[in-house]
Amino acid sequence: MKTLATHRRHPAAVIVAILVGLLVTGGLYTVVNSATQARSAEQDATQILNGKKLFLEGCSSCHGIAAQGTQNGPTLIGVGSAAVHFQVSTGRMPLANPGAQAPQKPREYSETDIAAMAAYVASLAPGPAIPTAADLDYSDADVAEGGELFRANCSQCHQAAGRGGALSNGKYAPNLMEATPQEIYEAMLTGPQNMPVFGDSTLPREDKQAIIAYVETLRASDDPGGWALGRFGPVTEGLFMWIGALLLVVACAIWIGAKVR
Amino acid sequence: MSTSQISPVEQKGAGVATYLDERVGSNGFLRRNLNKVFPDHWSFMLGEVALYSFIVVLLSGVYLTLFFKPSMVEVIYDGPYIPLKGVKMSEAYDSALNISFEVRGGLLMRQIHHWAALFFMTAIAVHMFRVFFTGAFRKPREMNWVVGVSLAMVALMAGFSGYSLPDDLLSGTGLRIAEGIVLSIPIIGTWASFLLFGGEFPGTDFISRLYGIHILLIPGILLALITVHLMMVWVQKHTQFPGPARTNNNVVGYPLMPIYMAKAGGFFFLVFGIIVIIAGLVQLNPIWIFGPYTPDQVSAGTQPDWYIGWLDGALRVMPNWEIQAFGYTLSLNILIPALVIPGIITTLLIAYPFIEAWASGDKREHHLLDRPRDAPTRTALGVMAITFYVLLWIGGGNDIIAVGFDLSINSVIWALRISLIVLPPIAFVITKRICLALQRRDREKLLHGRETGQIMRMPNGEFLEIHAPLNEEERAKIIAKPQVKPLPQPPETDSSGVRNPKLKKDKRRAKISQFLFGDTIAAPTGEEIAHADEHLAHEVIEDAPVMAEEEALQIAHDGSVLESPGTSGKS
Amino acid sequence: MSDSKDLTPASSGAPATTSDTQQALRPGAWPRAEVEHHLRRTDTDPRAQKRAVRQVSTMFLLSALMVVLFIVAFIAIPRDAVITLPYIGAIGALNAAMGVTFGLAIFLIGAGAVHWAKKLMSDVEVVQERHEMKTDADDTAVAADIYEVGKETSGFAKYPVIRRTMLLAMALVPIPFIVSLRDLWLTPPGVTTPSEELLVTLWKPGMRLVTDITYQPVRADDIPVGGLVNVVPADLPLVEEEEHNLNARAKAAAIVVRMTPDEIQSQQGEGWDYEGILAFSKICTHVGCPISLYQQRTHELLCPCHQSTFNLADSANVVFGPAARRMPQLPITVDDEGYLVAVSDFKEPVGPSFWELKESYS
Repeated sequence: MKTLATHRRHPAAVIVAILVGLLVTGGLYTVVNSATQARSAEQDATQILNGKKLFLEGCSSCHGIAAQGTQNGPTLIGVGSAAVHFQVSTGRMPLANPGAQAPQKPREYSETDIAAMAAYVASLAPGPAIPTAADLDYSDADVAEGGELFRANCSQCHQAAGRGGALSNGKYAPNLMEATPQEIYEAMLTGPQNMPVFGDSTLPREDKQAIIAYVETLRASDDPGGWALGRFGPVTEGLFMWIGALLLVVACAIWIGAKVR
Repeated sequence: MSTSQISPVEQKGAGVATYLDERVGSNGFLRRNLNKVFPDHWSFMLGEVALYSFIVVLLSGVYLTLFFKPSMVEVIYDGPYIPLKGVKMSEAYDSALNISFEVRGGLLMRQIHHWAALFFMTAIAVHMFRVFFTGAFRKPREMNWVVGVSLAMVALMAGFSGYSLPDDLLSGTGLRIAEGIVLSIPIIGTWASFLLFGGEFPGTDFISRLYGIHILLIPGILLALITVHLMMVWVQKHTQFPGPARTNNNVVGYPLMPIYMAKAGGFFFLVFGIIVIIAGLVQLNPIWIFGPYTPDQVSAGTQPDWYIGWLDGALRVMPNWEIQAFGYTLSLNILIPALVIPGIITTLLIAYPFIEAWASGDKREHHLLDRPRDAPTRTALGVMAITFYVLLWIGGGNDIIAVGFDLSINSVIWALRISLIVLPPIAFVITKRICLALQRRDREKLLHGRETGQIMRMPNGEFLEIHAPLNEEERAKIIAKPQVKPLPQPPETDSSGVRNPKLKKDKRRAKISQFLFGDTIAAPTGEEIAHADEHLAHEVIEDAPVMAEEEALQIAHDGSVLESPGTSGKS
Repeated sequence: MSDSKDLTPASSGAPATTSDTQQALRPGAWPRAEVEHHLRRTDTDPRAQKRAVRQVSTMFLLSALMVVLFIVAFIAIPRDAVITLPYIGAIGALNAAMGVTFGLAIFLIGAGAVHWAKKLMSDVEVVQERHEMKTDADDTAVAADIYEVGKETSGFAKYPVIRRTMLLAMALVPIPFIVSLRDLWLTPPGVTTPSEELLVTLWKPGMRLVTDITYQPVRADDIPVGGLVNVVPADLPLVEEEEHNLNARAKAAAIVVRMTPDEIQSQQGEGWDYEGILAFSKICTHVGCPISLYQQRTHELLCPCHQSTFNLADSANVVFGPAARRMPQLPITVDDEGYLVAVSDFKEPVGPSFWELKESYS
């Protein structure tokens, strides 16, 4: 005990503590994860209970004890399990600092915990559910129509190549190349943060699948013309002109003008 | 001397020369021009980059015309690019996709054409900087400066009309913005827009109309202007930087035949080659990602090519002023950034050589270039203008900057609004201070020599740093500093006591003259220089023997110190 | 070796300098400039000279080789082949191969020529004298006289009436060309000025709002709070079929958003919403970019082109940026089947401002 007390304030103690924490969480995660497989639907009630517990610990300070919302966070009644899964699995929730927008960061909860919290929030009131495997199967989707829908509904914020863009007052539309199909589906379904909701009746499942198929095509596509400079368009192309290309030409001019020994 | 054998090829060549000469008298032209002398400096080749990339633009452009269909007729895409299969689009966009995906080498040519256009605009900009900061626009070259500014403006239109042709979402949005600007023109705006587009935007006529302008009218004007530009350079001979043996009345350099045939001709291939390699490795304007244009779609990060960026930036940072009076609307929020500011900038650019000539009263020809530091006010004005331009340019990419650096786009715009007013004057003051400081250092160097970093102890224990005389090159540069004096205050009355009728005007002129040429560090007189030279020679010879042995060795190794100024330069 | 200075012309027996002195005697050569001249290694060392010759010809040879490689690439590489390069990523192999081979073929010609000039051609700087641009007085006098003779014999000065009428005719003669530009816009029947067309859109009372691209009618109940739908008039596909242009779309495109009714601070008209569902033009009042960057928490609508920002909860008034007019609102309601329909056309002009606008609309 004495040794622990003396080393507690050692600068490396924090790192050690984090490492131990990570190891334990990771270990638990593997154990719990394999355990999930054995679960049956009858255990939903326990899942909801677990979820409630996690909610009270991690979320209720902003979203309220009954998820009714407070000054610091919106109500979660009726947002559905999809919203919980999107926000927590991308690390956007729990929020680290208040800011213009919750940024994506490494997730803090395991898949099981997220499922539990999602189940709890879904139990409060009906809302958009986590998309099923069938929802996310975009193999039959029409990529070209997805492209049209993408340009009509998404590219105004997320940019034609899905690289994201600026919104008002420090908010931004994130880069879609970092999002999974499930996250894209959930985002359209639930409208996280300032993104509007694209409900299932105005943008039906097939349309969402088509959009996902198009985004995945963009992600997987090569650049036939060469280095794409981040696919940001004329700004990076102009920078390349002034920094790279001009330099090459000036180097040639200096070579021509330099005296030979 | 020409006893060496003449090869069959040379014989043929001589035959052609004779044939031509007997018909058009070409040998006289060759005799006068084949050995024309050009000075050597890397910055003199920036204009050549513009010329050469223009040739590349012409060549690749002709190739593209073989495949491009400037039509807005609606077609259904049925090419190899799957993500657009079955999508409705204009024939123009469809053919641009075919060039990119089906025609082998088509994408390369498209990218060569577009990259060469960017090279053209960039080279024009840096060439213009070089001409401005070295004062190469002074008499007799004012007219060529005007031609150059016109070239820059027409080139801008060439670029805009070009990247608007493929009818993709990005270019269509650009056209929509252009149409919005045309609509804002007082009185004739709506008519101008309807005539241009054949009715409402977007209509079905505009691409084919723009095509004619892009491949016929604008290149025609560019070619004519370039011809005049080059002929004037040829007739007036190139300017040169000051240096040994260089005067205002000669050109020191290498003759066209053979050196510049190889160097300038070779440079064409270097520039061309670099453009083609970049076009092969760096993607530009991927129209397939943007999709076909429809007026109700847009992409975040919609920007023009860099040379239009400053105009778009001006539109972005402008406050929303609009005047409503007498049943009419005046959109200052569009007119000021899109028409008034570019108008003022162009006018100032064209007028600058004439303003400077008027304010100095200088009627001499200038063939020796100024070093930027020797014209502090001009240099400061140039840097001030560039600062203003660059801020607008940054404005054109403000959304990319906001996302890239995690800033609020609203704060970026406010920062730019303030910077546009505050930063240019600060840039002016700082630049001028730096120029004057450099002049002061030049004067020091001329009078006291270059600091060698060698410390020496005198017999009395005093420590001194050895100053070495400048080499001839540096000396010539510093001595060549122009002595432009501002115009004196005009006399109130002439010698016979009659009041000067233009007194107010003359006073204003003297004021501007004082602003442009007043601040300068006096160059040393010939007497001062002679005295300083003598002193320096004395110092070096006198002091050398008393140096410690190892120090002496060190300095001797350096070489220059032990030489007297008389032998260090040319002998 | 490289430090040696060529202080006096022809001081060494090296080949280059000998030819220099010979050249100086020739009629086609300029006098040598009085500047310091260093001999190059290729001037003094025959081996260096040989090496330079070899280098130059190698570059020309490589250029020729690149042309061969270009043809091979053109034939052998399939159009959709991909090559992955470090840092750059997966790029088109055909384009890269053609660009590099063709580019090098060109570049190497230039490199060879420049190397040749630098290493093997004379690097002695020469002087050419300049002459004032001004023509000498005698020639100027002759030119002036020619002009005077012409003026006198033509009577240009003598007959002012000819001079003036000619100038008049010359001034007017471009007018037909300008006038014939009038029919660049073939005015449709019943229309006299452009502004008439700019002030109306396809929306009519009772016309359904349908989703863009898929053209499905929109049921009010289907839009969740915080939702956004990009819509066009139900007639648009028909009209586009008929007119073969996108003009109607460029004016009629709209967005539908839903907020809770108590979030709506103000509207452009009493009861223009339907249970918190609001419809606005999609075409920016600044310079016409389509905007649907609706931020559902703050209800801001941001234009990606020039960052004009409108508050949709407050009559779509401008809150930031260069736009001067608010975004026009489309009054909506539902039909018998519960689908959203327009109550009327926009009451305010859609798209950029223009001279003939009579009111300020904000």
